[in-house]
Amino acid sequence: MRVLAAMSGGVDSAVAAARAVEQGHEVIGVHLALSRMPGTLRTGSRGCCTVEDSMDAQRAANKLGIPFYVWDFSERFKLDVVDDFVAEYQAGRTPNPCMRCNERIKFAALLERGLSLGFEAICTGHYASIVEDGDGNLELHRSLEMAKDQSYVLGVLNANQLEHSMFPLGATASKDLIRQEATARGLSVANKPDSYDICFIPEGDTREWLKDFVPTDPGKIVDSDGNQLGLHDGHVGFTIGQRKGLRIGTPAADRKPRYVLEIRPKTKEIVVGPEEALQISDLFGARYTWCGKAPENPEDAFDCDVQVRAHGDTVPATAAIVDGRMHVQLYEPLYGVPAGQTAVIYLGTRVLGQMTIDETRSKVSAGA
Amino acid sequence: MSVFLDHASTTALRSCAKNALSDALEILGNPSSVHSQGRATRELLEQSRDEVAKACGANRSEIIFNSGGTEGNNHAIKGIFWDRVARDPECKVIISSRTEHHAVIDPVQWLGENQNAEVVFVEHFANGMIDMDSFKSLVSKHGHRVALISLMWVNNETGVISDIPAITKIAAKFDIPVHSDAVAAFGHVLIDFRTSGLTAMTLSGHKVGAPIGVGALVIARSAKPISLVHGGGQERSLRSGTMNYPLAASFAAAAKEAIAELDHEVTRLGALKDQLEAAVMEAVPSAIITAQGANRAAYNAHFVFPGTQSDAMLFLLDQKGVCVSAGSACQAGVLGPSHVLLGMGFSHTEASACVRVTLGKTSTFQDVQRFLTALEQVHPVALEATPA
Repeated sequence: MRVLAAMSGGVDSAVAAARAVEQGHEVIGVHLALSRMPGTLRTGSRGCCTVEDSMDAQRAANKLGIPFYVWDFSERFKLDVVDDFVAEYQAGRTPNPCMRCNERIKFAALLERGLSLGFEAICTGHYASIVEDGDGNLELHRSLEMAKDQSYVLGVLNANQLEHSMFPLGATASKDLIRQEATARGLSVANKPDSYDICFIPEGDTREWLKDFVPTDPGKIVDSDGNQLGLHDGHVGFTIGQRKGLRIGTPAADRKPRYVLEIRPKTKEIVVGPEEALQISDLFGARYTWCGKAPENPEDAFDCDVQVRAHGDTVPATAAIVDGRMHVQLYEPLYGVPAGQTAVIYLGTRVLGQMTIDETRSKVSAGA
Repeated sequence: MSVFLDHASTTALRSCAKNALSDALEILGNPSSVHSQGRATRELLEQSRDEVAKACGANRSEIIFNSGGTEGNNHAIKGIFWDRVARDPECKVIISSRTEHHAVIDPVQWLGENQNAEVVFVEHFANGMIDMDSFKSLVSKHGHRVALISLMWVNNETGVISDIPAITKIAAKFDIPVHSDAVAAFGHVLIDFRTSGLTAMTLSGHKVGAPIGVGALVIARSAKPISLVHGGGQERSLRSGTMNYPLAASFAAAAKEAIAELDHEVTRLGALKDQLEAAVMEAVPSAIITAQGANRAAYNAHFVFPGTQSDAMLFLLDQKGVCVSAGSACQAGVLGPSHVLLGMGFSHTEASACVRVTLGKTSTFQDVQRFLTALEQVHPVALEATPA
């Protein structure tokens, strides 16, 4: 098979490419340039798209003896990921840019380009597994190494994208084994630190970064009864469940910390309240997709597990499509789930689908 | 085995250059030393200076050996600007072009952003030629306030040849020093520093078959550009650093041979290029020869393939074993739109769809045939791969 290995310059994608080569595929390495203003050197675990990363990817490709190219997706990335990120925050939601990148860049723009250039699959270093069910349908499953599992951020893939994806690291029991393998293969990136933060926010401070894009727009911090508790210089960048950085002078009557419960862009209000009020019992989303084969009767509620953060715990729930929206009813409450985040639906280890959360409901009143 | 049609990026090392280098590496001695061995390597260095001077029509004392084109351009531009401003603070206008190599544009813009230089750019016709009327009026407008004019002899992307003597004639009315980046010209078109009217000219070794890492700044005896780095002042007190006689000897050997072969190669490569261009236009009628109608160097064919993207074309051609190039890539390896084509008035989309084919000493008819065969196969795929 002709395989396009997306190589970030990190150890995972390098080992994934190596395994694809070893499986006998015709592999070509490609590094995606995503940033318009790439930095020269990487700083700790932050950032990608630097010259250093591009060079690390190229050195790994050379070691594997495969051709290597740098492709510029910065325009698409800005449009589909960065602009979306800013717009979502402006609308009072908390987006997940890695998800958007997978959805619109890696497994969309890159895949389309790869297919038209004669490739059959995209290979990445994500920790997840693609397995075939008894009827020949492809399913996405969690990786063997739960601590590194990245099936969550791949939840946006549909059946067609799964058909053209390869995740050679999914069956590996631990990241240490990947690093050992990289060392054994002579890959210079074997001990390179993992990247955790949002790649286009090199300093790691989202609120600071957003200030360059969104004008200061002061408003009030209020409790659920509308009493003013403080002021903020712009709602953008606040996120549901946030406790730090609120700078409320007066303590609450119960002396307990207060959390962001709601962001109201129209009235520029940030509503805060006690932790209990963050308890969410229901999630709704109109933008949902099925990862692989869709359930036969999605209108009938079915049992599942739900995960709302990349490395968060799952909670048992039921899901169903009601009036064109996905409705997830949680058996156990989740705390502080912001709109804009993605809820991924699991059946055991299998990723069944996902939705972008556009509404949450709590059984606890905000004034509690 | 792949076909190398990217000779403007760098070209094959000539045997004579390789031999001169390895012979010189056998000789021990710092050319600045006063003992016999120092004198021996100094002699080799000075013979090399004679050869390079002869090859470009300069006086031997006008040749300042250095590390190559980027250093030469930086030295000439910054050095002359600083010298002129030191004499007259109002003399701070630099006239250059948007189609120059980055090794010229970047120092010029750096002076604009950091040293108070006023940068103005000449206009070009659609075929890349300088609009001499606009140039003349720019010179008249800024007159004695012009510190420096820097315009390349041959454009490294499109192959367009500028009329350097005509440019220096206009500049002479106001005694403006003119620098020319002649990296893409040297060894490919006849250049004669003495009659050019230039104050400074940049040469690079590896474009004529010497190793990478050697070049020369040709600088008139009257000019005193400020040095970029200070030290022993080995090269006419303008450039410091132990004199690299092995690379200088290798550069001299390559330059000598390139000039001896120039007429023959211009004819041979010009015919190959004409065949190539005709065949490309037949295979892809929508293709554009970017500098159509301009006076162009014989070794350079530069196209826009509308509806494609350079990086897809280069990728597909590389997969077929054909090495060509497009605009310049950034440090991370991203191919941007060609700033040269943008400077000539092409759209962003067109400037992102160019392919440069450049011929050299080793190029043959078979190479051109292989390019054409590959082009016919990859062009439809590249069209398909480009989002509408």
